Amino acid sequence: MTTSAPPAATAPPRARPWLGNWTVLVVGVVLVALLPYVLPASRESVAVRTLIFAVMAVGWNIMSGYGGMFSFGHAAFFGIGAYADAYLLVKHGVSPWIGILVGAVLAAVFGVAIAYLSLRYRLKGAYFALATFAFAQMLLLLTSNIEALNKTRGFNVPLVPGGSWSKMQFPIGSHNYFWIVLGILAVAVAVNILLVGSRLGQYVMAIRDDETAAASLGIPIMRYQLAAVAISAAITALAGGFYTQYFLFVSPDLAFGAQVSVEAIVPAVIGGIGTIWGPVIGAAVIGPLSEVTASILRDPPSVLSFLSGRSGLDVATYAVLLILIVLFLPRGIYGSIRARLRA
Amino acid sequence: MSTEDTMTDTAVSSRKSSPRRPAVRRRSAVLLTAVVLALVVVALVLVYAVGGRSHQLVTQAIVTGILLGGVYGLVSMGLTLIFGVLGIVNFAQGTLLTLAMYVAYVLVSSAGLDVYVSTLITIPVLFGIGYVIQSTMLNRLMGAGETEGQLLVTLGLALLIANLLLLGFGGEPKSVSAPFEGNLHVFGAVAPVPRVIAFLGAVLLALGLTAVLRRTRLGLSIRSVAASAQGAQLVGVNVHRVYALTFGLGTACVGAAGGLVLPFLTLTPTAGEQFTILAFVIVVLGGLGSIGGALVGGLVIGLVQTVGGLYFPGTGATLLVFVVFVVVLFFRPQGLFGSPQ
Repeated sequence: MTTSAPPAATAPPRARPWLGNWTVLVVGVVLVALLPYVLPASRESVAVRTLIFAVMAVGWNIMSGYGGMFSFGHAAFFGIGAYADAYLLVKHGVSPWIGILVGAVLAAVFGVAIAYLSLRYRLKGAYFALATFAFAQMLLLLTSNIEALNKTRGFNVPLVPGGSWSKMQFPIGSHNYFWIVLGILAVAVAVNILLVGSRLGQYVMAIRDDETAAASLGIPIMRYQLAAVAISAAITALAGGFYTQYFLFVSPDLAFGAQVSVEAIVPAVIGGIGTIWGPVIGAAVIGPLSEVTASILRDPPSVLSFLSGRSGLDVATYAVLLILIVLFLPRGIYGSIRARLRA
Repeated sequence: MSTEDTMTDTAVSSRKSSPRRPAVRRRSAVLLTAVVLALVVVALVLVYAVGGRSHQLVTQAIVTGILLGGVYGLVSMGLTLIFGVLGIVNFAQGTLLTLAMYVAYVLVSSAGLDVYVSTLITIPVLFGIGYVIQSTMLNRLMGAGETEGQLLVTLGLALLIANLLLLGFGGEPKSVSAPFEGNLHVFGAVAPVPRVIAFLGAVLLALGLTAVLRRTRLGLSIRSVAASAQGAQLVGVNVHRVYALTFGLGTACVGAAGGLVLPFLTLTPTAGEQFTILAFVIVVLGGLGSIGGALVGGLVIGLVQTVGGLYFPGTGATLLVFVVFVVVLFFRPQGLFGSPQ
C-alpha cells in the first residue's frame, strides 16, 4: 500500500487487500473494548494515555508518513483542540462533544493556513520541520499572553457532580473515558484506511514519492497536500480535546509544548511511518513504558538501586528505543515485520 | 565583524576559474551587513528618541541584549557548522550545552577547578562526544533525503541526555560561583563581569573558528565537503571523518559555551533546551555555515528580546523572535548573510 510501486505491478493476490484492515480494526476494537474488565483500575489511566498517544500518532502519520511533510509542530493542532474545548466549555458552557469538533475544524483550518504558507514558499525537509515547530511555539507564547485564554494559568474544567454525558464527565471508576477515546482512535484509523484506499490517499502518496512526476501527471499538488494536512490536524485535535476532558485541566505548556509534538512523532516512528497500524503499535509500546520503568524503580534490582527515587528513566528508555529504531529498523516495528512477511 | 566567511563564498573564491563572482558576492555580503547593522542602529536610535522609555532603561536593555546575544552566538556557532556543513538539524545542540555545563559543574564542585579552567577541559570532552555521535550514529544517515532520520536521532539524543542527567543529578537547580564577581558600568548600564567574559569568549571563538576554517587543512576539507561531498571524496578527502570532525567542532563550541555560561545560568537538566530553537532561529537568520552570521544573528536576537521586552513584557518578545524567524524562512531562507544556493 505504501510502496512506491504502481498498484498494477504488485497485482495483489487478495482482491481487496484493504478488507483485511477493516477486519483487524473491528476485531481489535472489540477486543480492546473488553480491556477495562481485565485491567486493574490503576492501569486504566495508562491505557487511556496510550490511546491518546495512538490518536496523535495516527494523525501525525497522515501528514508526515503518508504525506511526506515532516511536522515537528503537531502540538499546535493538539493544543488548538485542547483549548477550543476548554474555552468553549468554561467560558460559554458549550458541550465538549461540540467543543472537540469545533477544535478539530479550527485545527484543520490552522493547519491548512500554515501548510499553505510553508509549501507556497517551498520549504522542504528541515526547513519545513522548523517552520511547523516555530508555529507551535508561537501558539504556546500567544496563549500564554492572552488574558481571554487565562494566560499561563490555563483552564480548569468545572466538575459536574455525579457525571454527565453531555459534559463528557464520568464518576471515578467509570470506563466511559476509555471507550470514548477508543472510539476516537477507531474513527481515526477508519479515516486512515479509507484514505489509503481513496484517490486522495493515492495522490498524496504519489506526491510524497515523486512530486515532479505527480505534477506532470496533472495532480494538483498543493490541493492534495493541504487536504492531507487538514485531516491530520483534525485527528490530532480530537486527541487534544479529549485530553482536556480526561485530565480536566489544560495549560499552554501541556497543550502546545514541544514534548507534545514529540509524543505525536515517536509512536509513529517506532511502530512504522506510513503504515496504518504502525502508530497504534508504537503507542502500545511507548504508552505503558513509563509505568513499567516506574515499577522497576519502585523496587529496583541491586544493579539499579542507585536510581531509586529518581525520575527520567522512562523517557531515557524510549529515547534509546527511538535512536535504535531509526538506525536499525527505519521502517519501524510493524513496517519491518510487514516487509519481512511480504518478501 | 567580517562576514565574508560564509563557507560557500570562501569555497567559491578558492576556485580560480571564476574570480569575479565571489568578489561581487563578498561585496554584497558586506553591504548587507552594513544595511542590517544600520537598521539595528536606526531602530535603537528611534527607541531612544520616540520610544517613550527612559534612556537609562533603554541603555540597560541594549547592554543586556548584546551580552545575551554573545551567549546565543556561542551556542549558534556550533550549530551553524553542523547545520551548514552536514545539513543535520541537530536538536541536541541545547542539550549538549546542558551536558557541557554539567561536565564543568562536576569539575568545579568535585575537582575544585576554576570554572574557566574547567572550560578548557569541557571543550575537548564535548569535541570527543560529538565526534563519537557523528561517527557511530549520524554517519549511517548521511545520504540524500535522510533529514528526518538525522532529526529523529538528535531528538532521541536530546531526550536521552537530558533524562540521564535527570537520573544522575536529580532535578534540583545547581550553581557555581564565578571567580570574578562584580559589575562593569557602561554608559550608566550594569554589565555583570561573568557575562562580559562570556561575550569576549564568543568573539574569541568566532575568530578562532574562522581561522580554523580559513587557514587549516581541516578547514579546507570542511569547506570542500560543504561545497560538494562527492567532489571532496574524489580528490581524496575522507568525507565521513570530516563529518565527524565537523560535528565535533560544532559540539566543542557548546563545550566552550557550557563553561562560560555556568557562572550566570542556573543549572538544571533542561537548562540548555531553550537555546536549541533560538539557535536555529539565529543560524537561519545568519545564514547556514556563516560563523560571523551566527554571532551577528545572536546579537540581533538578543537585542530583539531585551529591547522588545521593554514593549512586550514577559514572553511577548520571544514571540517576536519567532515572527522574525518565520518571515526569514519564507522570504530569505538562505539567511541574511548566506548566499543563494
